[in-house]
Amino acid sequence: MTNEELKNKLSGWYNDLRFTETGTYLNVEVSPKNLKSLAEKLKSDPDCAFNYLFCYTGVDFGEELGVMVHLESTAFRHILVLTTKTSDRENPELDSLHEIWPAAFLQEMEVFDFFGIKFKGHPHLKRLFMGEEWKGYPLRKDYVDNVNMIIR
Amino acid sequence: MIILSNFSNIHQWLLGLIQNAVATRVVELTIIALAYLAAFALIGLLLVLAERRIAAFFQLRLGPNRVGPWGLFQTVADALKLVSKELTGTVKADKFLYGLAPYFVIITALVSMSIIPFSKEVQVFDINIGIFFFISVSSLGVIGIFLAGWSSNNKYSLIGGMRTGIQMVSYELSVGMVVVTMVILSGTLQLSQIVALQQHTWFIFQGHVSAIIAFMVMMIASTAETNRTPFDLVEAESELGAGFHTEYSGMNFAYFFLSEFMNMFLSASIIVVLFFGGWLSPFGITAGIPFMGLFWFILKVSVVIFIFMWFRWTFPRLRIDQILTLEWKYLLPINMVNIVLMAALVWLGLTF
Amino acid sequence: MGEFLTDNIKTQEYFLNMGPQHPATHGVLRLLLQLNGEIVENIDMDLGYVHRSIEKMCEHDTYQQIIHLTDRLDYLSSHMNNEAVALAVEKGLGIEVPDRVKVIRTMMSELTRFASHALWYGVNAMDIGAITPFMYGFRERELINDIMEETCGARLTMNYNKVGGVRYDLHPNFQKKVKDFIKHARKKLPDYDAVLSNNIIFKKRMKNVGFIDKDNAVLYGLSGPTARGSGVSCDVRKVHPYSAYDRVQFNEITFTEGDSYARYRVRIREMWESLSILEQLVDNIPEGDYKVKTKAVLKLPEGSYYQKVESARGEFGVHILSRGDKLPYRVKFRSPNFANLSALNKMAKGVKIADVVAILSSIDIVVPDIDR
Repeated sequence: MTNEELKNKLSGWYNDLRFTETGTYLNVEVSPKNLKSLAEKLKSDPDCAFNYLFCYTGVDFGEELGVMVHLESTAFRHILVLTTKTSDRENPELDSLHEIWPAAFLQEMEVFDFFGIKFKGHPHLKRLFMGEEWKGYPLRKDYVDNVNMIIR
Repeated sequence: MIILSNFSNIHQWLLGLIQNAVATRVVELTIIALAYLAAFALIGLLLVLAERRIAAFFQLRLGPNRVGPWGLFQTVADALKLVSKELTGTVKADKFLYGLAPYFVIITALVSMSIIPFSKEVQVFDINIGIFFFISVSSLGVIGIFLAGWSSNNKYSLIGGMRTGIQMVSYELSVGMVVVTMVILSGTLQLSQIVALQQHTWFIFQGHVSAIIAFMVMMIASTAETNRTPFDLVEAESELGAGFHTEYSGMNFAYFFLSEFMNMFLSASIIVVLFFGGWLSPFGITAGIPFMGLFWFILKVSVVIFIFMWFRWTFPRLRIDQILTLEWKYLLPINMVNIVLMAALVWLGLTF
Repeated sequence: MGEFLTDNIKTQEYFLNMGPQHPATHGVLRLLLQLNGEIVENIDMDLGYVHRSIEKMCEHDTYQQIIHLTDRLDYLSSHMNNEAVALAVEKGLGIEVPDRVKVIRTMMSELTRFASHALWYGVNAMDIGAITPFMYGFRERELINDIMEETCGARLTMNYNKVGGVRYDLHPNFQKKVKDFIKHARKKLPDYDAVLSNNIIFKKRMKNVGFIDKDNAVLYGLSGPTARGSGVSCDVRKVHPYSAYDRVQFNEITFTEGDSYARYRVRIREMWESLSILEQLVDNIPEGDYKVKTKAVLKLPEGSYYQKVESARGEFGVHILSRGDKLPYRVKFRSPNFANLSALNKMAKGVKIADVVAILSSIDIVVPDIDR
């Protein structure tokens, strides 16, 4: 499917989706409450068939925290970026996608480790890289570490 | 008990010197023991060097060639380094067993060496149940390895030790059965007798089909017995670090290392004695010359050891269940059939 | 008697720490194996022992400076990592690079891939317990490193790409040396099969070990030879061609068995394909500039940029989030090893300890790429 067809198809499912095309791939922003159901539809819909989650990026957007999920269909070779933002910086929570794409299992652990986003339904969220004793979430923009970080 | 016919003049000389039969005996025993210890160390060091050079030859490398001519003193230097190293161990190790384990291994290797007929003249302990003695003593070594694995209080060591137990117990069976096969042919357990019986034809030709099968099984089983690749999962460096001797350092480690090479030497010796006529020269070409037996024995053993090393530097490692499958499903039935075959051959007089 | 035994003997789960210092983990990867005898029941991973926070460092570097950091991710396919960043930025800025650059990049990628696979061949053999093939792999790899040294100035972390081209022109010896290497490798590659591929013990160790089917391979995000061993067609060079891959003929190698041996064969066959790609390009390097002039300060327009390339281990991706500044807002490296590792638990459930080692080496992990 082309980007236009994807847009039309997805707009029919939910009306609060925001599409942007600045950059490489079609980007769709979805509210956290619709994330999981949209993801399920994207995978199971025979025309979309997004079965390959190849990149799972946690992002600190400044005000909000969020994730950008790159999806590809091995059958049609179209690519879509799923973006979700949550404005709760103290206790951010998103739905886990690991049941839909098992590839998300480790990636969500990584995002939790670096951004502190908790994934509802993830059975084994632990600090994968930093270790349990590490304070704070280092890839957030407001993270300060006077010892280990040198800012030019 | 001690055959030292060619050394009788030394005996006379010592007796003349000391003037006491018992004291002479003690001095003689001490000299023999020291000579064997020296030979033991020398063989071990040379084998380590040979292994490294041969490995290099297989691997497009040069190997150790700096210390002494052709790197001959490399292993001596390594041994000196190991002697000077501190003996460390784990805190929660069972200290007594931990210290005991390497001696178990090295002493069993040393004791089994006593019955090896290096030549007609050089054999310390020509007991009439020689081959049986060898099997029973050398299988004690597994206890040392198992103790080392258990007492180190290290999970990798423990797994290595457990694997040893399984592997050794299984392959001991094959070695034993091969020996039984060859004993059917020879009719004696005494090693000097076994060699003497091969005066005209080596056993591998006397027993033809059956002996060749037995030889092949023996090669496989001996490789497994000595924990060498493809059966080296006891120490399986890519899986278990160093296996049972992970926690050993310095001389304690060297004992394990040395005994491993000595066990290879001993296995090769037994193979040579059982199949290739021990110290006998081919076609009796040097039959009259004294001490040439030693040369032929060492030559034959070297060839067998080279084959062991060839295995090691060619094959990947088997998995534990595959090792057991090989032994219990293939080697053991083959051995059983082979024993019957050999018995039939001997009974029908079809041996050469 | 039986009751007496079961009542009084306590049983507990046996945990074995594989790593961080372990010969089979190729670096400092820590696996916590839950064992039942020798059988692995579950694997828990603990990463981060070489975590250098490269993604955070990238947020404070300009786009030209980011490239040298990517060398240190998967150091065995450093050229492909460089290329991904360079391509992403070039695409974002609309820079069209000369044909010569495209061909040079493709050739360098294939040389790097061959070197990486040659090293993997040796290491894989060593994990299975055969030590000799290790030296065979290194013999070919050394020749490639020599070629790299002449042209790029470094043997491993080349840092050869830059935005808008490559850093230096090809060394005058380059073509001759590559031709020599192709001739040499074509003669020596059959040795690889002779010493290992057809060895009965090796086959027994690798076949039916670490099986993963085609659908699961996609769902677990596998890529590269690991996925192609399960029959997934996922070669980025074919699916989303970049640089000069659209002008060369090569086959995408897939095997359908999905076990460790299939992954092994994919890599061996890929070495042959790399040689054929090199052969097609070595005489057809177009004349021209080896770089185009770019602005001193690069500012990527606002947006989310993504570039995937086929590294030696799979699909390497770089995701740059820009806000129009000279520094990227967020950089994420899609590491093929990290994704491939996520299927380890699925592949290794119920196997022996020795099989975990075989599976790990058939995935061909490089730990600095996992930890980033």
